[in-house]
Amino acid sequence: MTIATDKATMLILAAGIDVGSISTKAAIVRGLRLLGTHVISTGYNTEQAAQRALAILTTRLSIDPSAIRRIVATGYGRKNVAFAHNAVTEITCHAAGARFQDNHVRFIIDIGGQDSKVIALDADGRVADFAMNDKCAAGTGRFLEVMARALEVDLDAFAKLAMTADQPAAISSLCTVFAESEVISLIARGEKRGNIIAGIHQSIAARVTALAGRVGWTEPIMMTGGVACNMGVVRALEQASGKSIRPAPLAQANGAIGAAIIALNAVGR
Amino acid sequence: MNSPDSSTPPETDNRKLQSVKKMKAIMTDYYVEAKTAAQAGRQVAWITSGGPVEPLIAMDIIPVYPENHGAMIGASKMGDDLCAKAAEMGYSDDLCAYARADIACAPIDGGPIGGLPKPDMLVCCNNICGTVLKWYEVQARYFNVPLFILDTPCCHTRFSDQARRYVRGQLDEYIQFLETVAGRGMNHDRLTDAGRLSIAGQRLWQAVLDTTANRPAPMSAFDAFFHLALIVTLRGKQVVVDYYTELLAELNARVAVGIGAVAPERFRLLWDNLPIWHRTKWLSQKFAARQACLVADTYTSAWCGTLKYLDESDFLNSMADGYTRIYLNIGIDQMAESVIQMIDKYHIDAMVLHSNRSCKPYSFGQYDIERAVRKKCGIPTLMIEADMADGRNFSESQIDTRIDAFMELLEAGQS
Repeated sequence: MTIATDKATMLILAAGIDVGSISTKAAIVRGLRLLGTHVISTGYNTEQAAQRALAILTTRLSIDPSAIRRIVATGYGRKNVAFAHNAVTEITCHAAGARFQDNHVRFIIDIGGQDSKVIALDADGRVADFAMNDKCAAGTGRFLEVMARALEVDLDAFAKLAMTADQPAAISSLCTVFAESEVISLIARGEKRGNIIAGIHQSIAARVTALAGRVGWTEPIMMTGGVACNMGVVRALEQASGKSIRPAPLAQANGAIGAAIIALNAVGR
Repeated sequence: MNSPDSSTPPETDNRKLQSVKKMKAIMTDYYVEAKTAAQAGRQVAWITSGGPVEPLIAMDIIPVYPENHGAMIGASKMGDDLCAKAAEMGYSDDLCAYARADIACAPIDGGPIGGLPKPDMLVCCNNICGTVLKWYEVQARYFNVPLFILDTPCCHTRFSDQARRYVRGQLDEYIQFLETVAGRGMNHDRLTDAGRLSIAGQRLWQAVLDTTANRPAPMSAFDAFFHLALIVTLRGKQVVVDYYTELLAELNARVAVGIGAVAPERFRLLWDNLPIWHRTKWLSQKFAARQACLVADTYTSAWCGTLKYLDESDFLNSMADGYTRIYLNIGIDQMAESVIQMIDKYHIDAMVLHSNRSCKPYSFGQYDIERAVRKKCGIPTLMIEADMADGRNFSESQIDTRIDAFMELLEAGQS
């Protein structure tokens, strides 16, 4: 995507809102400067979550909401955000967000709440191809949540526990429900938590690597979405692919940032 | 694999083809005739969609297509309940939804037309899949009627002479089977006539599909899905020739003045696999909203894809090739080759592949075909997972996002 970089465009305020299945993210840019991001839980009412995320962020940044020239909504709830000027899919937004965070990125692995996807970019940063998981939640953030509950472990502790594994357990990569019952059997057998968690990370990695294989790897690779904050998954993906993967500095808000950049570009044009 | 007659065609009113009305009347007459066959003292044969129907026409036996019925069930959104009923009867959800819906319909006379007329015989040709063997065996037991199976070996790389003789021999057995069940002999002049009309109908159907090579395409694949019903169910009859002649004239008139199914037509897409019958309207509107027209598909062309092998002066002998070498019964390399030819012929910008949970032979190998298309044609492709008739295997928000993202990709590429 080419972005106008003239002086006028650099003063424009634009916002992006990513209404995900688990969390809603807002981002505001002034020109190509990211002013801030905010993440809240989506809950039942997607429109309200979008409003709330943006309101909290504008208050925090002391921005008059009416000064925001354009808002782009993305994520699974993108069409429910009535106050947004338009809706763009998370695939296009993650591409724009990743390139904003690192202008060299050619491949994105995005693992969000209810889907995982891989996106290949051309040299100009445009989406060249993408693939998404099919209907099962295996390999998604929701999958990790289910597992964390079964293991009675806080998700934040996952990465650390995975480091203690001496022999990662084998866990199905095909179905969340089957995988959960496998984990419960492993718990019953007294398997170490670390080994189970490492096995879970490997199963996600196997699933995402298969998706990436369909599209074909290009490098450098960036990982976005909330799951990128879990270094255990990032390491498992690196092992499975044999490639270096960089988590986005602002992984969870990447889609919202991309949406804000797309909004900015639409005004600047 | 088949087309419904009772669904509303997806075009918006102002773009509705005039011929649609007549087509509906023909299909209604056909089903009335089939449902009242017993009163009229005529016999009914259930036959697979890819099965040789011309001998039935020549014997004055009414062919009925459970797959067409399956498509009607899908289009009328009755698939979910019937598939749930089939699960109660013990049939796995992993089986074909047409088979499940048809098996579930039989004991309750369910579905949009209150069940199919009871068969006097079943004719099963496995050129389209292996499921039909078990499906027809189940129905033969249920209705306690004779079953004829025509075994057409898969032509992975070629159709050997040995395989040709094997299929040709079975065609004689098929005719003997019909003569036994009907209690009368085959009139070979009538078979020649049915063969001639079948070929004429297929040529016209190909000509109808070929009109979409024009820019803009005068109809979309969604229209083709609808108009397909005749070449499937009444192939070998004069009415098909008459109707497609009329439809072709209407389409050519559109071409002459530049009327397109989607206006403006910005993207020309190729569809692979069966339609998602329960979502044709949604999908048609979804693509049209992004100025994309599905101008061609690999499915509807299956009923005229073997014209090159058929010979009207020697129809019976040419049937072995015509019925064995169909799209679903050839190797993946040949399938990919024919897809690539279509991309060229219809000036395709991108391809959408429906990974159809119900139809394994159609969906197996799609990734290879997709890869071949990308490599040789360099066009973007999109895979969506769904089911032709079981709506429970359709996730709207996921498919919505994929199509939107794909259209964004195409738009960015064009701008």
